[in-house]
Amino acid sequence: MSSSLFWMIIGATLWLLGLHGLLTLRQALRRIIAFNLMGSGVFLVMIALAARSQPSDPLLIALVVTGLVVAVSATALALRLAGVAQGPEHPTGQQEPRQ
Amino acid sequence: MTEWLFDGVLGLLLLGLAFGALHGRNLYTSVLLFIAFGLALALVWARLGAADLALAEAAIGAGLTGVLLFTALARQPGPADLPDATRTRLRLGAAAVVLPMLILLVQGLAPLSEIEPRMPALITRHLDETGVSHPVTAVLLNYRAWDTLLELAVLLLALLGARQLGPRPLDLAEPWPLLRAWARVLAPLLVLAAGYILWRGASAPGGAFQAGALLASGVVLLRLSGLVPRLRWSFAPLRLLVLGGLLVFIGVALMTAWLGEGWLTYPRGAAKLLIVLIESVATLSIAASLSLLVVGEGEDVSS
Repeated sequence: MSSSLFWMIIGATLWLLGLHGLLTLRQALRRIIAFNLMGSGVFLVMIALAARSQPSDPLLIALVVTGLVVAVSATALALRLAGVAQGPEHPTGQQEPRQ
Repeated sequence: MTEWLFDGVLGLLLLGLAFGALHGRNLYTSVLLFIAFGLALALVWARLGAADLALAEAAIGAGLTGVLLFTALARQPGPADLPDATRTRLRLGAAAVVLPMLILLVQGLAPLSEIEPRMPALITRHLDETGVSHPVTAVLLNYRAWDTLLELAVLLLALLGARQLGPRPLDLAEPWPLLRAWARVLAPLLVLAAGYILWRGASAPGGAFQAGALLASGVVLLRLSGLVPRLRWSFAPLRLLVLGGLLVFIGVALMTAWLGEGWLTYPRGAAKLLIVLIESVATLSIAASLSLLVVGEGEDVSS
């Protein structure tokens, strides 16, 4: 078994671990963590594919670097949405968001 | 042999941390383990020869996501540790769905590890024409500049989405004296490191994303230790910084489409200059967007 295949299997396991968490967990924060783990699993598979050649395939690395920034911005938005969904932090009606 | 031992330990550590992050006893443990997972992942990237990614992951995955998750954790109403009411049967059922998928996935992925990719050779052959000598930067800002352009747009969209959800006051506890002292020392170093990584990005691992993330973590550090005032969207220069990256990028794209040979096809000789320009503006833009996403606050009601 090559090193690249080993990391691909770890990546697939990570993805499925995240999927399992997404299916069974109830708390929003844990679900967001599970979703992030799925993303990391996909990245790991891609980088394992990049590591087939020496030096690593720059195309896949560049794609994952882009993906990382997109993942963190999606996480920030998801956490913000989860915070709002859990109930208003302030009683509504007392203040209006200024535009 | 040692290599396999290292790989095996690292892989098991990664999976163990991921499991712990999902099923930790309480949310605090989960978040802590998730940050540790990010650091372990950075090690894996370094092991697999993706130094660019290791830099980005250490700053973004472990640093900024950690702050984000802890902020969300602090906002959890009341008892954050409500028992996770997952029944054993549900867990077993989900495992029964997931395990066959693992076999299918591994079967699908296994043939891929044998194929010799052709892209790296193509990229190396045309590297001289791109204006930079580091292949990853060449892909990010020349071959696939579209990706980077759209990625900046996604960042902006996430920021706008978060902003639509109304003001969010960030109630900081009185910062620890040691943190204040450290922040004063670390922040200039972070700025220096970001500049260095940005400049080195042309010929070695590094570039706009990593530098932007480092700058953002410097801003977050200063904000958390109470050394800079609130970050607000309504502050016009900050707005300009956030939009700047995208605007300059689109401007360059339009100019190349109008006067040059096509959309984002840089003219010969000017590629290096254009890439450095785009990268510097994109760094500032990414730094501003990320720090607004992490520690940005809504406007005051009265203002």
